[in-house]
Amino acid sequence: MENEKLSLPNYSIPEDIQNVVAVTTLDRLYNWGRRSSVWPLMFGLACCAIEMIAAQTARYDMARFGMEVMRPTPRQADMMLVSGTVTKKMLPSIIRLYNQMPEPKYVVAMGACASSGGPFKEGYNVVAGIDKFLPVDVYIPGCPPTPQALIAGLIKLQEKIDKQSIKHVTWYNKEKKDGNYVPMPILGPDLIDVRRNAEIRDVAAVKESA
Amino acid sequence: MVAPASTSTIDLVAKFPDSVTADTRPGYTGFIVNKAKLVEVATAIRDEFGYDLLTAVTGVDYLAENKMEVVYHAFKTTGGAGLTFKVQVERIDPIEVPSLIDIWPGVDFQEREAWDLYGIKFTGHPDLRRILMWEGFEGHPLRKDWKEPFFEEEAKPFKSRWPDGKHTFAENKNPFRDNLNFPANFDPEKYEVTGEEDLYLSLEKDSLKDVDGNMKTEHIVVNMGPHHPSTHGVLRVAVQLDGETIIGLKPVMGYLHRNHDKIGERNTYLQNIPYTDRLDYFNSMSNNFGYVTTVEKLMKIPVAERAEYIRVIMAELSRIQNHLIFIGMLMNDLGTMYTPSLYAFEERELVLDIFEAVSGARMMCNYFRFGGVVRDIPDFAMQKIKDLVFDRLPAKTDEMERFLNENEILVARLKGIHVLNAEDAIKYSVTGPVLRAAGVPYDLRRADPYSIYDRFDFDVAVRQNGDMMDNYLIRFDEIRQSLRILEQAIKQIPQGPINSQKAAYQVRVPAGEAYGRIESPKGELGFYVVSNGKPNPYRYHVRPASFVNLTAVESMCRGTKIADFVALLAMLDIVMGELDR
Repeated sequence: MENEKLSLPNYSIPEDIQNVVAVTTLDRLYNWGRRSSVWPLMFGLACCAIEMIAAQTARYDMARFGMEVMRPTPRQADMMLVSGTVTKKMLPSIIRLYNQMPEPKYVVAMGACASSGGPFKEGYNVVAGIDKFLPVDVYIPGCPPTPQALIAGLIKLQEKIDKQSIKHVTWYNKEKKDGNYVPMPILGPDLIDVRRNAEIRDVAAVKESA
Repeated sequence: MVAPASTSTIDLVAKFPDSVTADTRPGYTGFIVNKAKLVEVATAIRDEFGYDLLTAVTGVDYLAENKMEVVYHAFKTTGGAGLTFKVQVERIDPIEVPSLIDIWPGVDFQEREAWDLYGIKFTGHPDLRRILMWEGFEGHPLRKDWKEPFFEEEAKPFKSRWPDGKHTFAENKNPFRDNLNFPANFDPEKYEVTGEEDLYLSLEKDSLKDVDGNMKTEHIVVNMGPHHPSTHGVLRVAVQLDGETIIGLKPVMGYLHRNHDKIGERNTYLQNIPYTDRLDYFNSMSNNFGYVTTVEKLMKIPVAERAEYIRVIMAELSRIQNHLIFIGMLMNDLGTMYTPSLYAFEERELVLDIFEAVSGARMMCNYFRFGGVVRDIPDFAMQKIKDLVFDRLPAKTDEMERFLNENEILVARLKGIHVLNAEDAIKYSVTGPVLRAAGVPYDLRRADPYSIYDRFDFDVAVRQNGDMMDNYLIRFDEIRQSLRILEQAIKQIPQGPINSQKAAYQVRVPAGEAYGRIESPKGELGFYVVSNGKPNPYRYHVRPASFVNLTAVESMCRGTKIADFVALLAMLDIVMGELDR
């Protein structure tokens, strides 16, 4: 609610200049600019990517929300739309792409697979949800979500952007130098999450003694 | 039309009495070949009996009999039924089978897949690396004694997950509380990553040496993908370049390997239908078609007459939208970003509306059932189909051709580029429009008719040059032929029941094996299903067209420019869901 107050400052503007002067907050202006030009990373993983393309075409037209500019390079993208099953083999590439995206960056998990593994969860090469590695902002249910559902999810992301304030956002925080850097997992006998090295070693040792 | 030859007319046993025996297990067909004589017998099958197209190679793990089996399906490009032959080896590592890569080079990727997933070593294969999983992965996952980390029970449907009213998560049953499994005493900090030396070594080994022979130039390796806008998903290609000329190329796949085979062997027969939707996600109707045809073959049940027509209508509509998208995507890759594909997607949406009306889902239709289909076509959807087939689609196809075909840039980019001749296409087991563009009139709807395709009057689209231009034009030809089939099907469709069987959660499938194949928009989509009489398939294997068609890429690209390779990938019309499964 604090943001709401910030966005509606209580200034009285003289009547004769009301047509030419508007008073708003920096947050609101800043967020308006960002929410109206969320550039997704051109990045399709599986079936959901086709619905993502469909959402860009004439019938659904994502351009209405300023999201039509798909950037193939992560360095120009604001949002990663994880559109499909994340496999263990693919995961290091996804993490690398995420780390290359400049702040502020958002992650949207599109569909059942990206959210939780979906129908393929039990598969030996499937990561049970991208949120085990990346901070997900919006989950979109469906297998695959229809373009309407995708757009609804992206509107939710815009709402989230609206609520952020320059004061608190992490990317201007000098103390948090490497931002949202995620360490790269390694493809070993299975997927090695380097953040869990100690745990993996301990459990594997127990397995030996059992 | 060629009269279908049945397997029984070929007497392989008479020719090789000591090394070949007929497969006499109930429900099985074909021959079992002695491992030592495999190459000799295979050569005879190709040269003397004329089975020039080896489409499917796969392993089967008979754990109880302690045997590993490799199954080959060979066909003739003149049409007719195929020949199945098998090799059985004892299930003790190292399991070795001679490679057939010298006889049918198209087995390349499929043998690598069998090595990756079953650990069958094909001796004589020049580049036997893992293909779907990565080097260093522990175990061969399709073996029956290999358990995945989230293993719960042998077969679905699982017992209740709410034994005492509380839900249990699969994660909690795994010691790592995740989809992970490490060998005992594994220490991640001491693990040395094996990396991809083998890939780059094989790239070096197979590369052309000195393209022009005069100047010595430094070669560079470029990795395209897995994140690359032109690779149609998550394919990765390691290319060795001399300047801009490709001198060596290796596709690296498995970035979307979703374990269809392993999950499919745990599912019941019916549960597999929605999984097939997600193979080639542009054409869920065709995938359904292939799978139910195979299982019906095994079950020996008839299909309701009306359902046959509905199936053909759906499969052909699916083909039309696939080819339209192919054209749009090809244009994207040639640089006309979006505009033609916007036109293509406009028509596709109309086809998807029909799919949604009949099945309830736009993309993942899950529409076919054993013996028929799940719902009838509502009247308004039938009207939509008629409007599309008789009015809109013919006009739009003409319009598309008028816009594009004579465009100078398009002609310059496509004409005479990446020529695949008929001989090579057959050699590399290429199927579908790519094979037909090379001048081989091999269309399963004619060559080995399934369903009711023998009732329709249509021509097999074929072109002669095998270059990119012909590959592009043949898609328009096929759209026209599909429209012809649709017109007849709509006129002939009878009233009646839509399924010959009663609706059931589980079907009874007698023991045996079946290889069913259909002409999917991408090529031959085959399913190899082995049943042991239980509610779940013992072996469920998908033979995807995209995967095998990719075998030819390496030889097609050598000596061409890297910029054309982007167009070539579009031309092969690969879909990663099907390619990696």
